[in-house]
Amino acid sequence: MTGATSRRGWLKAGGASLAGLWLAACDKFATDPKTLKVLAGAERLSRRAQRLVVDRKALAREFAPADISPDFKPNGSINPSDEDYVAHAAAGFADYRLVIDGLVEKPLTLSLAELRAEPARTQITRHDCVEGWSSIGKWTGARLGPLLDKAGLKKNARYIVFHCADTLEQTLDGSGQYYESIDLIDAYHPQTILAYAMNDRPVPVPHGAPVRLRVERQLGYKQAKYVMRLEAVEDFAHLGRGNGGFWEDRGYEWYAGI
Amino acid sequence: MAKPAKILVYRHKAATRLTHWINVLAVSLLLMSGLQIFNAHPALYWGQKSHFAEPWVSMTAEQRGDRTIGVTKVGPLRLETTGLFGYSGKAGAEEPRGFPAWTTIPSFRDLADGRRWHFFFAWLFVINGVVYWVMSLLNGHARKDLAPTKADLAPRNVWHEIVTHAKLRFPKGEEARHYNILQKGAYLAAAALLLPLMVGTGLTMSPGFDAGAPWLLDLFGGRQSARTIHFITASLVVAFIVVHLVMVVASGTWNNIRSMITGRYAIEVEGDAK
Repeated sequence: MTGATSRRGWLKAGGASLAGLWLAACDKFATDPKTLKVLAGAERLSRRAQRLVVDRKALAREFAPADISPDFKPNGSINPSDEDYVAHAAAGFADYRLVIDGLVEKPLTLSLAELRAEPARTQITRHDCVEGWSSIGKWTGARLGPLLDKAGLKKNARYIVFHCADTLEQTLDGSGQYYESIDLIDAYHPQTILAYAMNDRPVPVPHGAPVRLRVERQLGYKQAKYVMRLEAVEDFAHLGRGNGGFWEDRGYEWYAGI
Repeated sequence: MAKPAKILVYRHKAATRLTHWINVLAVSLLLMSGLQIFNAHPALYWGQKSHFAEPWVSMTAEQRGDRTIGVTKVGPLRLETTGLFGYSGKAGAEEPRGFPAWTTIPSFRDLADGRRWHFFFAWLFVINGVVYWVMSLLNGHARKDLAPTKADLAPRNVWHEIVTHAKLRFPKGEEARHYNILQKGAYLAAAALLLPLMVGTGLTMSPGFDAGAPWLLDLFGGRQSARTIHFITASLVVAFIVVHLVMVVASGTWNNIRSMITGRYAIEVEGDAK
């Protein structure tokens, strides 16, 4: 009886440690930087394939008002505690100014009222989180393409970087500040807007007040919230940890169309 | 009556064997990285969007007095699945998670890595699948080995195969030279239905791709439905693999494995073997 029990105990312990070894070996391989670099090659393939078969101007599906989610889930920063942002929010964003600079002929500074006067678009679209869920919302905002034309992109501008007001991760070097970047194909897409209204009301704080990016053919982490400044750049290697966005710096794909 | 003799017949062509093993690798890693991705939001919905308060399937951790339990909900069903779904891990280090550590790659929660594994092997899987189908149509595998004949489909034959399979008695001699109707049905269902369905529902979840092919959203009833069908189909693929492996063992492990490596399959023939 005790023999059988202890034998079972040994078997269990042996099995558990074998399983532990197996998992450890798998993890060592699965998270090896060289392995991950090889695997990341698939990202380029996915982006090129999608750009090849999907028309540059193809619109993301738009929905009816009845489809709007009553429970649109906010994610990431939902109430930034950054000093400047808290002050802006307290003042109802009256002093908020959106800056568009970098590789442009004529840098712009726009108040919310001025942004609302720019060519706008309203769309009811699906927001797909990288985690797997989707919510549908109605967004109104200034179209990014005409804004960039107004500022006049220089010839060597290739990406638009969105600098945000929120710190999503506390780090010593400041690399926890949220930012994102898109290329000019997506920047000039008709559905790419700087949204100031969600479901016919000013964008609420959890969803990125006062201005958030909507780039509808990509995942949620691309939809930068609390946008303060747009910077046209030739490349983004000097920003953050060099991968073009907060989540990109933490292992996620820069091209989030998949 | 002469003693049964064993002869080796050439059963699997090189293209079938090669694509089979590449598929084994790709599907295994896709399943494990897929569960890693699922664990980022262990809930499934029907339709275009998520209804967070009422998922169709969910795996959660719940407090029950002074202990935490794993709860799996499927429609109206509610099951306690501590240690497997919803709440699992080594003793003392249990955590809320959909599927347990030993099923995911990496074992700990890492959505970014899971996605890299998934999309890399998705490409391998798709390219391999295309090669398999092109070769199978060209070299006759589809027509000669997989397509059911009239005799195969006769109800009496189907019933006969079901009964003999249930008794784990498998065709011998001449009959064993060809796939029987249950094999044909299973292989065709996997290669022509389940695996392509994985790709179709997978692509529907891509916001970039479904801007170019919005009909996919209509075909599967929305992105969240596509995610649910992706999951169900993956479960059916696992079911196929389990039955397939049981049949491989029951009908002669080494003979089957050899035939999928060298192509040669041993069958028993009566009397004068040719």
